[in-house]
Amino acid sequence: MRIFLAIYLFVVVATLSILGFRGSTSTKPPLEVFPDMDRQARYKPQAENEFFADGRNDRLSPAGTVARGNYFNQQEVFSEDFEDTRLGDTTFLEGKNEDGSFVEKLPIEVTYELIEQGKEKYDIFCAVCHGAAGDGNGVTKPYGVLATNYHDDRLRNEADGYIFDVITNGKGLMLPLNDRITPEERWAIVLYVRALQKSQNTVAEEGI
Amino acid sequence: MANVFPKWVNTIPIKVIIAIVLIKTAVVLGVTYYATPKYTRVGYAPTQPVAFSHALHAGQLEIDCRYCHTYVDRSEHSNVPGSNVCMTCHSMVRKDDPLLAPVRESYESGEPIPWVRVHKTPDYVYFNHSVHVNRGISCVECHGRVDEMEVVEHTKSFSMSFCLECHRNPEEYIRPTEEVYNLDWERPQGADAEAEFEGFVHDWGVNPPQSCSGCHR
Repeated sequence: MRIFLAIYLFVVVATLSILGFRGSTSTKPPLEVFPDMDRQARYKPQAENEFFADGRNDRLSPAGTVARGNYFNQQEVFSEDFEDTRLGDTTFLEGKNEDGSFVEKLPIEVTYELIEQGKEKYDIFCAVCHGAAGDGNGVTKPYGVLATNYHDDRLRNEADGYIFDVITNGKGLMLPLNDRITPEERWAIVLYVRALQKSQNTVAEEGI
Repeated sequence: MANVFPKWVNTIPIKVIIAIVLIKTAVVLGVTYYATPKYTRVGYAPTQPVAFSHALHAGQLEIDCRYCHTYVDRSEHSNVPGSNVCMTCHSMVRKDDPLLAPVRESYESGEPIPWVRVHKTPDYVYFNHSVHVNRGISCVECHGRVDEMEVVEHTKSFSMSFCLECHRNPEEYIRPTEEVYNLDWERPQGADAEAEFEGFVHDWGVNPPQSCSGCHR
């Protein structure tokens, strides 16, 4: 019995010292009892795929093609009476008129929801560098990011399409954001930037 | 006739019973403690190819989750950002830091950075990020305080009971939609707050499935 108890105690201590306790960090991947169920053979976003030469599941559009709709509106795109009103609409998609000049005014209807959306997206994507007030004092400034202050005459007098174009394609040190912000959201941000400019450049008599 | 069995044999049954009880207890306790995602998954903190600190970016700098995980509110998949997203700032900040060399290489070559996945639901589970974050379930409920993590680690068990816990009582986890990405949000207590949360569940038509086919479709 003594021998049994000694072995028993040894096994318990050994298990505890090898397996440790819950919540301790480890770099070892979690145990999967049925790996073929946990990782089934199917297409998953941002996953690996040996079939393609570059090993990626996500495919880029082939060269020379134009995407008709995307992940977010595919239901609509594949419906019977779908008409792509945005296709080739440079005013909306690029902020440029047909002659290549910038669109002067927002090409979509201004609503309260739009400016709310603009604020939301501005605070996510722009405020980091340009600051919540658009004065170029974002949190990244102490780390060496040089961001434009919106409150000067040059930017106040630029066309709306110009701001849209900067968000879309970047400018100077600023990289393009068109992979993260949809055209409609970009217009919403343009509207909000205009509101920010107005907020810092209005005399009391002028009113709103 | 002499005694066939010596006297110590009398204690064998009681010793066997004690041994069986001890072994069973140890096995049951061991399995309950170790053979659960609370042990097997929680604490998983793989070493990433770039020592990206969420504590610095999301915590100290308060960069919104969606700056990088942009499509979490529109897609079932919360995307891992491409290196172009890193370069929006790091083309200026620490642009020669050797720690960021893999990011610059990836940006120039177009080869993705081989990030190691930390959180994963098994493929027999259907999970959609957007429906959760758009109905007031914060990132923090499943991913923990990522904004305080130097190295991302798995803090919740992701077991079925973990999901069901919330699916059965959504009012205990739901929050105002504008606080979803604020991992630091403190949940107000008291009857008023509870009524408000129940109101969210009612007004937003939150009806989380508890049937098998809700998630195992």
